[in-house]
Amino acid sequence: MKYVIKNGSVVFRDGVKKCDILVEDGKIARLAEDIPAEGEVIDAEGMHVFPGLIDMHVHLREPGFEGKEDIESGSRAAVAGGFTQICCMPNTNPVNDNAVVTTYIKYRAQQVNLCKVHPIGSITKGEKGEELAEIGKMAQAGAVAISDDGRSVMDSKIMRLAMEYAAGFNLKCLCHCEDENLVDGGVVNEGLNSTLTGLKGSIRAAEDIMIAREICLSESLDIPVHICHVSTYSGIELIRSAKARGVKVTAESCPHYFWLTDDVITGFDTYTKVNPPIREEVDRQAVAAALKDGTLDCIVTDHAPHSKKDKQVEYSLAAFGISGIETSFSLSYTKLVKEGDLTLPELAERMSGAPARILGLDGGKIEEGGVADLTIADLAARYVIDGEKFISKGKNTPFNGTEVYGKVAYTIVDGNIKYRAE
Amino acid sequence: MLKGKDLLGLYGASAEEICEILDRTAQMKALLLRGGKAESVLRGCALVTLFYENSTRTRTSFELAGKYLGAAEVNVSAASSSVQKGETLIDTGRTLDDMKIDFIAIRHPLAGAPKLLAENVHASVINAGDGMNEHPTQALLDMFTMREKFGGIKGLKVAILGDIKHSRVAKSNLFGLTKLGAEVYMYAPRTLMPRDIEKLGAHVCSSMEEAIEGANCIMGLRIQLERQKGGLFPSLSEYSKFYGVKDGMLGRAAKGAIVMHPGPVNRGIELTPSLIDGESSVINEQVTNGLATRMALLSLLREYREKNL
Repeated sequence: MKYVIKNGSVVFRDGVKKCDILVEDGKIARLAEDIPAEGEVIDAEGMHVFPGLIDMHVHLREPGFEGKEDIESGSRAAVAGGFTQICCMPNTNPVNDNAVVTTYIKYRAQQVNLCKVHPIGSITKGEKGEELAEIGKMAQAGAVAISDDGRSVMDSKIMRLAMEYAAGFNLKCLCHCEDENLVDGGVVNEGLNSTLTGLKGSIRAAEDIMIAREICLSESLDIPVHICHVSTYSGIELIRSAKARGVKVTAESCPHYFWLTDDVITGFDTYTKVNPPIREEVDRQAVAAALKDGTLDCIVTDHAPHSKKDKQVEYSLAAFGISGIETSFSLSYTKLVKEGDLTLPELAERMSGAPARILGLDGGKIEEGGVADLTIADLAARYVIDGEKFISKGKNTPFNGTEVYGKVAYTIVDGNIKYRAE
Repeated sequence: MLKGKDLLGLYGASAEEICEILDRTAQMKALLLRGGKAESVLRGCALVTLFYENSTRTRTSFELAGKYLGAAEVNVSAASSSVQKGETLIDTGRTLDDMKIDFIAIRHPLAGAPKLLAENVHASVINAGDGMNEHPTQALLDMFTMREKFGGIKGLKVAILGDIKHSRVAKSNLFGLTKLGAEVYMYAPRTLMPRDIEKLGAHVCSSMEEAIEGANCIMGLRIQLERQKGGLFPSLSEYSKFYGVKDGMLGRAAKGAIVMHPGPVNRGIELTPSLIDGESSVINEQVTNGLATRMALLSLLREYREKNL
């Protein structure tokens, strides 16, 4: 299969250039101006071509919670959101703590055959934080990292051993950072709005202490570590200073942390309930600034689809999580590029280049001979977010009614068009 | 005229609405003191008390308020209902709605539950206390009591002492009192003082003396004994020593100051027995006023429903 993407503005690492792309056998065969059309032509006039977006933190819910999402619906949602590769967290039922589950996820993803799905194995058996999971076997079956996402490994000794053991298989720990004792049942950020609503608050320190611990372990052991969904300005400072002295720490955040403040919780809308919680303006600004200066390496969604019945209950009883994979690109482009100071190459780095590098995945850049994972978007297109229209089974977005720019037009995986906007 | 079908809290209420309820409360109290009932007010209406937490005084107060005004009154206990079988709050509410009831007074351990219920039923929902959020009828009866004693709320200094953090009473009072121009001073162990409460208009004090100095009202709050097990303070005796109101302290308060407590009181812990039973105490009047407040609220909500629904 051979075709040309004509007249697009291509987002390279060092700038945006108008150029044609010849795609052949799943690879980018040629990048040049005016490549003569051979076979099919994708007219990308007025559009931007990004390296295929990568979301290294999603929840696909299969096996076990198919009412919330499954690998097919999640993959369809992912390609609609412009994602060519996604990494799915292990908090399924059963937990992805062994090679059988890892293999199952890979098998299902191949059947679905939309985006590339990379399983993340758990750090500990059952995500209980007690004994190491079979990390080597999961690595062999295709796990690209390990994480007990949803909770921290509370025992620092177990965490140390996990980091060391996983390093032997070239796997990184992706750390959900929250000290469970300090969280103590908190469901929102502790501050004015937790006091106002009477919802139990969770203090920044609960997150920061665990970020600090992972940095300490990484530094002591000289093993790279990755911090998940950073939400606090103070946690960002910890990462910034660690990076400055050469600690091999990378980190991510999500659109809801650079878009929203905890003012959104005051109406008790359970779609705003997420873990860690949405915090205050000082944190929101810090997340946006850290995505500009690179303290935060990448944008992930923490796509956490839930069924209505998991959310249409009292706030304290509602499930944590936001369905984010279909809105991440638009939200990121709108807030950080259009309204902010991020450049398009920086956006591509945060949503593709960095996650590829952190996990050692193929892709993340547009170059001759490279894999033809591409996301083509119309940045001028404007729309209003409506969760009820999501492809994902999870309609739980706090962004209903938000007007955004940047619509994905094509998602191309290994040269194959997996999504085309209507 | 109230502005909505429900009373979920005083944070969202206007000063006019609060005053209207207090004015109606005065009428209802006069009626009660005459020994009269007004069974025509809610004739043909039904009130359900839906309590997910134990309560004697608030529940009884709502039940009697409904009865005295002529409403049919049913109580649903979480312990004996389908709630125990896993029914959601929304489903419970819709079931009650289908029985054509007019009012639901709900008490729930989780903040925001009355709002969730109100959004899903046609009935008027009255918050009878939700977690650490609000307890508006308690604050209204407290404010009525103050207004009766002092002729008005504006300019009063109110000291609220004790477990502010877990107290929906403290918060509803803060919202209501500041809307009507009172100054609210709070004192508690730091572990029991909620974050940023000063941004909601409270004066956070660093000593009991500072809180009580010149106060017109001294309001103790119930300390839940299980808080000690949660590590929020070391022992009841230490709590009482540093955060309980003692007999001699009344001397620092304004002349004619009153002692209040939403009940039930832990005698000798939040307040000394002589303060509870003394001349300054209005704790028993608060109970009568609570009944009048709930009658007033029900009658006003009925008027709202007749006009708007």
